[in-house]
Amino acid sequence: MGLYRSHVLVCGGTGCVSSGSQAVLDALKKGLADKGLDKEILVVATGCHGMCEMGPIVVVYPEGTFYCRVTAADVPELVEEHLFKGRIVDRLIYKGEGTVADVPHYTDIPFYKKQHRIALRNCGYINPENIDEYIARDGYVALVKAVTEMTPDDVIETVKESGLRGRGGGGFPTGLKWSFCARSAGDKKYVICNADEGDPGAFMDRSLLEGDPHAIVEGMLLGAYAMGASEGYVYCRAEYPLAIRRLKRTIEQATEYGFLGDNILGTDFSFHLHIKEGAGAFVCGEETALMASIEGQRGMPRPRPPFPANKGLWGKPTNINNVETWANVASIIRNGGAWYAALGTEKSKGTKVFALTGKVNHTGLVEVPMGTTIREIVFEIGGGILNGKKFKAVQIGGPSGGCLTEEHLDIPISYESLSQVGAIMGSGGLVVMDEDNCMVDVAKFFLEFTQAESCGKCPPCREGTKKMLDILGRIVAGKGTPEDLDSLQYLGTMIKETSLCGLGQTAPNPVLTTLRYFRDEYEAHINEKRCPAGACVELARYVIDAKKCIGCTKCAKVCPVGAISGTVKQPHVIDQDKCIKCGACAEACPVKAIDRR
Amino acid sequence: MITTQEEVLSKVREIVAPWKGKAGGLIPILQQTQHEFGYLPPEAVEAISEEMLIPLAEIYGVATFYAQFHLTPRGRHIVRVCRGTACHVRGSLKILEKLKKNLHVVENGTTEDLRFTLEPVACLGACGLAPVMTIDEQTFGRVTPDALEGILEKFE
Repeated sequence: MGLYRSHVLVCGGTGCVSSGSQAVLDALKKGLADKGLDKEILVVATGCHGMCEMGPIVVVYPEGTFYCRVTAADVPELVEEHLFKGRIVDRLIYKGEGTVADVPHYTDIPFYKKQHRIALRNCGYINPENIDEYIARDGYVALVKAVTEMTPDDVIETVKESGLRGRGGGGFPTGLKWSFCARSAGDKKYVICNADEGDPGAFMDRSLLEGDPHAIVEGMLLGAYAMGASEGYVYCRAEYPLAIRRLKRTIEQATEYGFLGDNILGTDFSFHLHIKEGAGAFVCGEETALMASIEGQRGMPRPRPPFPANKGLWGKPTNINNVETWANVASIIRNGGAWYAALGTEKSKGTKVFALTGKVNHTGLVEVPMGTTIREIVFEIGGGILNGKKFKAVQIGGPSGGCLTEEHLDIPISYESLSQVGAIMGSGGLVVMDEDNCMVDVAKFFLEFTQAESCGKCPPCREGTKKMLDILGRIVAGKGTPEDLDSLQYLGTMIKETSLCGLGQTAPNPVLTTLRYFRDEYEAHINEKRCPAGACVELARYVIDAKKCIGCTKCAKVCPVGAISGTVKQPHVIDQDKCIKCGACAEACPVKAIDRR
Repeated sequence: MITTQEEVLSKVREIVAPWKGKAGGLIPILQQTQHEFGYLPPEAVEAISEEMLIPLAEIYGVATFYAQFHLTPRGRHIVRVCRGTACHVRGSLKILEKLKKNLHVVENGTTEDLRFTLEPVACLGACGLAPVMTIDEQTFGRVTPDALEGILEKFE
């Protein structure tokens, strides 16, 4: 690599690409070439910076100037002013919320300040398609250290000491899991990376695969060395084409450099890595279902034991970890177990990546030490609730997790603290809801998802979730009875206890937690036939504000059922018995006189 | 466009060749077949069954289990509307409803002129841009119901 006086990093994650970062990248390259600066300034396409809301993101080093929502049209000014004359372009830098002054520097932005990046340490910092940049950031140092200085047992002990636990949601201690597979006898063993990220609202795995794919490959190599595996698979969703493309490139480069293949670094250790594209089934995130899918069958889970560590892929000992877990391994081996264990809480060590989405100002990816509170994540890093509305709840852990309320905001996040209040860590989705979100509707939404994705093998999940969904459908339509709440509670508990795999065992969580913390909303739907948040269509009422109505008759004309009556220039009225709640009148009204209640 | 029975057969033979005698090939074979034909035509599925010595019932079992596989022809452009959590709370249902109305299709349906197929999907992973939809490989973020007509126009 040549030497450059400045590096311009353009985010190439899916979020920023959708916002037009490729055009910015092309314009920058052209602009620099036109000015004859292309020999002194390097433009790099990086992985995700995490602050997707502000994309496309451009960071200029060595200053660390953070530009956001840059368009191709802004590039000539950026090149002329900043890169040629050295003057920061004020109008493009990040503007703090409210009273906070403009913040030109990356690390001073509240969104980044509180973060501690281990898994994400290279995301947004290096070109993920260039192995040399990964190596320049101490990449593959851990692999060299392991195969030359450490025995496989040393590697496992270090991972045990670090306290790393499965980041896919289960939270099982990683070192312990590895030791089971290492002890298991077999001529052939497999390691698998679970990249079938199916949780709606979670995208950390995709960002890691796109932003720092070599770290995942190195993690898998270390695991393979520790457990004696010679072959591995990355099982990735087909919905992530960019991640798959970068993984393929990564495997080619690592093979070329001698980190993958036979006799790695001149030792006896050999490891071959393949990519398997998923075919679209949420249940394949469950490890036994995932293995069935790699084998070419329907992705249905099977009872355990036997555990994959003894009888896994094609009947051979197999170890499966999630993307984020693998991404932490190389740093742990490089820096030691104690270094990682110094972060976090007593039983949950290290950091966790959260995908912060929903009604929050800064959606994006954040990595914080375990033990950080939800309040810090939502209000300090996330910048609070969108449009200054009131915080209502946060759904943690995706469709298998639970909804937590205001009273839980100060809980330090750990596997234990979350399960105590009925939620789970899950893969780390954090969806923020405000006063306009109906919690019954949210619970129904999640259950619709898990119900549709139930593989149908075991009756509690297949039939039970269907029944629960029927009941929820009745409630949001205003046809629920008080007994329905007892039925939901009973069914939910039963499904949790008796389902075969993690999908069914966690599917009732959103309903059970909202029943526990937002029972009043369920009761309002049932007893008063009213949706307090005004979100449930069938319970909504459209009402014309007589003070605002100018009697233009537009609403009466668009109403498909003739429910609106009134004379010209006089306030109109909606006949609630005829109204089908289509909302056409509210859209047509020029003075916004029609409210939905 | 491949049309005749023979062309289908020879294409399928080409696709299955590297997987003969190997385990785990069925899903990649189906993926490639669908990539070739746009869906899984019955003739192709029968050919796979004969070539790979896998019972038809098993192949259809797999093909209908996974959301990715389609047994009927699809539109030239695939419109995907994200129904993930982040998009849901930012109004993706309205986007989906408006598209259904404008295109006169049901969910997972294809327009009569084979121009569009409309698919709700669980999560596109671009939650920062909610609500999100994609048409083919292009992503559209912060979509509003009013913007839809203009977006659809770009795809013939």
